[in-house]
Amino acid sequence: MSALLKVSDAHVAYGKVEAVRSVSLDVADNEIVTIIGANGAGKTTLLNAIMGILPLTGSAAFAGADMASLDIEDRVAVGLSLVPEHRELFGTMNVEDNLQLGAFRIAKAIAARSFERVYTLFPRLKERRKQLAGTLSGGEQQMLAMGRALMGAPKLLMLDEPSLGLAPIIVADIFRTIGELRAAGVSVLLVEQNAQAALKIADRAYVMELGEFVLSGPASDIATNARVAASYLGFTHEGESAI
Amino acid sequence: MNTTIMLFLLQDGITNGAIYALLGLALVLVFAVTRVILIPQGEFVTFGALSYAMLATGQVPGTARLAVAMGVVAFGLDLYAARRSLRLKLVVRSVLLNIVLPVAILALTYALAGPKTPIAINIALSLLIVAAIGLFLYRIAFQPLAHTSVLVLLIASVGCHLALQGLGLVFFGAEGLRGPALSNAAFTVGPLRFTGQSIAVYGLTIAFIIALWLFFGFTLMGKALRATAVNRLGARLVGIRTTLSGQIAFLLASVIGAISGILIVPITTLYYDTGFLIGLKGFIAAIIGGLVSYPLTAVAALVVGSVEAFSSFYASNFKEVIVFTLILPVLVLRSLAAPAVEEEKD
Amino acid sequence: MTQRLPLIIFAIVMAVIPFIPGIPPFWIVLLDNIGLAALVAMGLVLLTGVGGLTSFGQAAFCGFGAYTTAVLTTAYGVSPWLTLPLSLLVSGIAAVLLGIVTVRLSGHYLPLGTIAWGIGLFYLFSKLEFLGRNDGISGIPPLSIGGFRMLDPGTIYFAIWIAVLLSALLTMNLLDSRTGRAIRALRRGHIAGEAFGVQTPRAKLLVFIYAAVLAGLSGWLYAHFQRAANPTPFGAQAGIEYLFIAVVGGAGYVWGAVLGAGIVVILKEILQSYLPYIFGGQSQLETIVFGILLVVLLQLAPTGVWPWLMSRLPFKPARKIPDTSLELPARVRAPSTPSVLLHIDKARKQFGGVIAVNDVSFDVGAREIVALIGPNGAGKSTTFNLITGVLTSTSGAISVLGTKVDNAPPQEVVKLGVSRTFQHVKLVPDMTVLENVAIGAHLRGHAGAISSMFRLDRADEARLLAEAARQIERVGLGDQIDQLAGSLSLGQQRIVEIARALCVDPLLLLLDEPAAGLRHMEKQRLAALLRQLRDGGMSVLLVEHDMGFVMDLADRIVVLDFGTKIAEGTPTAIKTNPDVIKAYLGATA
Repeated sequence: MSALLKVSDAHVAYGKVEAVRSVSLDVADNEIVTIIGANGAGKTTLLNAIMGILPLTGSAAFAGADMASLDIEDRVAVGLSLVPEHRELFGTMNVEDNLQLGAFRIAKAIAARSFERVYTLFPRLKERRKQLAGTLSGGEQQMLAMGRALMGAPKLLMLDEPSLGLAPIIVADIFRTIGELRAAGVSVLLVEQNAQAALKIADRAYVMELGEFVLSGPASDIATNARVAASYLGFTHEGESAI
Repeated sequence: MNTTIMLFLLQDGITNGAIYALLGLALVLVFAVTRVILIPQGEFVTFGALSYAMLATGQVPGTARLAVAMGVVAFGLDLYAARRSLRLKLVVRSVLLNIVLPVAILALTYALAGPKTPIAINIALSLLIVAAIGLFLYRIAFQPLAHTSVLVLLIASVGCHLALQGLGLVFFGAEGLRGPALSNAAFTVGPLRFTGQSIAVYGLTIAFIIALWLFFGFTLMGKALRATAVNRLGARLVGIRTTLSGQIAFLLASVIGAISGILIVPITTLYYDTGFLIGLKGFIAAIIGGLVSYPLTAVAALVVGSVEAFSSFYASNFKEVIVFTLILPVLVLRSLAAPAVEEEKD
Repeated sequence: MTQRLPLIIFAIVMAVIPFIPGIPPFWIVLLDNIGLAALVAMGLVLLTGVGGLTSFGQAAFCGFGAYTTAVLTTAYGVSPWLTLPLSLLVSGIAAVLLGIVTVRLSGHYLPLGTIAWGIGLFYLFSKLEFLGRNDGISGIPPLSIGGFRMLDPGTIYFAIWIAVLLSALLTMNLLDSRTGRAIRALRRGHIAGEAFGVQTPRAKLLVFIYAAVLAGLSGWLYAHFQRAANPTPFGAQAGIEYLFIAVVGGAGYVWGAVLGAGIVVILKEILQSYLPYIFGGQSQLETIVFGILLVVLLQLAPTGVWPWLMSRLPFKPARKIPDTSLELPARVRAPSTPSVLLHIDKARKQFGGVIAVNDVSFDVGAREIVALIGPNGAGKSTTFNLITGVLTSTSGAISVLGTKVDNAPPQEVVKLGVSRTFQHVKLVPDMTVLENVAIGAHLRGHAGAISSMFRLDRADEARLLAEAARQIERVGLGDQIDQLAGSLSLGQQRIVEIARALCVDPLLLLLDEPAAGLRHMEKQRLAALLRQLRDGGMSVLLVEHDMGFVMDLADRIVVLDFGTKIAEGTPTAIKTNPDVIKAYLGATA
């Protein structure tokens, strides 16, 4: 198994406060990996550090090459993409412009194909292509954020809480799409608070607590872990005890 | 009130207002993209105007040498920033941009400068020189500070203004200069006399506004610049380099500044420190436009120009006071309209 | 008194300098100029460095001070000592007028606005007939005490430096007080301060006036030092220079202003006297070097020289531990507590087209722990913001103890005994835990700015700090009381927020994810504390994601999903509620 993303012994600090401590993880080609954990566990911090938004000590390598000297923009260029928690769309620009800018680093001919692919994945975006991004509904904004990231033809897509603030039916839609991405050859690193949904589509999972990974393994194992069930799933599965 | 006087003042105001509009647009552009409040915009005006005026007398302006010196510093900073992973491609690019370009401009200036050089060539040379200075100014002063607060950028901006204004004195002396008019044609409509120069001011202002509109609305790079202005992190996440956007914004601002200078210098004598005041008036228009809206800025600039023209006629002593206090009612309105809960930020 | 020692030593050194035999008179002039600049910069330290309001227009306030005395002493023959209060008053009134407009501006509008009126006032000074236009006013009488006339730089030196030292002392006293804490919290946004009763606009106006009065004092001294006043030193350039001084010295530090003034004034002098020799007589070269140095300094040391210097000192200032035996009187409250503390009836909040809270109704009774749960983005924090007055609801009614609070500002809601913590911690990172927590007791103290400056607030202050220390002990952070809040772990910072909320002496405590970032043992301790508070008569409404924690602790649970209340009941009932299970599992189930 070749690791597309390999993070070893990563630490991330805000000033004196260490928000991520000694975390190691890897994501292979064609794999969906999820990181679950409570608010404030350090999940978003970790993704931002992998993307280069925050400084990371330790090592992070992408497709075998160390990323220490790469800026955010360089990481985008090598095929790493992040859909951040707050989506960070260009609110006063229309859907099409947002998508076009997603392909900023890509040759025009490839961008045209990317448009097709994104519109097939999210037909709703095609209907709204002349609408300003800021006026879209929450679910559509999430689709646009993912679509914009996919325009750049990434090898690994990192999603930070894609279900945040969305109605269950939309969440189902988003998660179905994430599943389809794997078929299209995109690996996914998914940070979610909605652990149930995340564990259902993921191959492997890490559980994060207070800046550290406390558990990891195949998603199906994590989903049935008693401790995870009590803390993150909220409800015990039938026939299991809470603690 | 005498209608002729009123029309005359209005014409004067609109001519000045057009210039302020150009400067205001540049200020809005630079602020939106880089968060820098470009106080040295005024120096781009003087550098453009006085370089053009000096070239017209056949001399090589000191600004051409300044561009080379700034390029060398920019090259040094590039090397230092990339010291850990020095790649040949990067170095070559940096040499081309920071050394070869300004040296070529300097050489061209020496080769072409002379008392008989056509006006068009002098204009082109002045624009090239100031454009290079604008580009390097971003690299040297602002790119290393890109992550800091608006306040730090503002103070740095003031520092750049002081340094460039001092250099202006060194290059052009304390005496004012005037440049040759772009055109000596003139015609009259009723009581108003239109000179070729004032037509050029209107024409170029409109042309620039249209060009900017096309650039921002229809080109990928223009959209990328807008994207950076709307959401910096979002722009970086799609691979748009903030430094590239910053360079383009400064390039545009310096060219716009220089053009404004070249348009005014045949009308009024410019001194090494005149640009500051002219820039500030563009800046008032920009504030009235809220530092975000281009059309509002352009309209505000025309208002500023007209208010200035009328107050210089009716209360010439208090012209500047009136123009600068114009901003207070606007600020009051803005603060009344401001939402009760302001955005949280660190 | 150990904190005063450096100040006393500094005062003695400054007093001795003029008596050093053979000291060049020129040095004294420089020191005079340093003192004058330091006064203005000190105001900027409070305004910009501490309060976060950037002003480029301070030089204009010097102008008000200088011209007031210049006009009154020359045209009307008023004694300079009589014009001192008038100069300060005029600067202060100008600050009130400009401040009402200016301090309301957010973000970068504020510095821009100050540049504009700074320049406008400069032109006004240089055009007004009775101010002598560009030539200004000359022949201003010197300061004199009895028959002693301060004619030369060596005598007015004492007046200037006494003013500097007194101002420094008063400023430090102000910062180390109830009002000072409110000012120091301004820079981190207004929401946290207002939740504890701080009148943010008033605090901003206060620092604005304070800075202007210090600038006016400098202007008054300047007029009697130069014995003349003209517009040039009160223009935009000077305003920029004062800000530069504050930034060089370290914008957050009172002594940074003095240090910065020293560095900049001396540097300018050196540049002015030596550069022409090096570069052959060109004038204005110093502004070039000055401008370049400014940019270089910002790139290398953006926080200024003073903090850099302090971090290199071998000793650290000792901190005082408050005497916890002092009692702070309880908050005035209604004689009897009704059975329903908080009543929410169909509260609704829309942001544009998005409905964040959709006609939600529930109550919190006396001595009850109620948990608000739901997926991220379900509207829980928005509900908190509606209750505490940070946001106004689109429709519906919210009342606390029978009082409607729908459109009440946060400062009024906290007076009813509702205090809160924040989902994203809102502490001032460069203040100690004690100082942060003491902000919670803001409404239980009474000392104002003036009494703080003259240390008449000490009894009030000691009681506030004692209360803060008691609450810190109560939440178990006694060992961290002296640490800077920013150096604690995020989990501990949440606990500090609880201590701060407890300082209100609340009836109802609103906790937004208090257990996030805590370890298992810490969570248990927190649960025990909350139970103890309930048993002591307090009610708690909390948002929390840790279901184990919630199910164990809460008496009642309200479940929100997508802005709508989908269930309410005891933990046991909620656990088996099919709607709740569906919402948590989503449609993927």
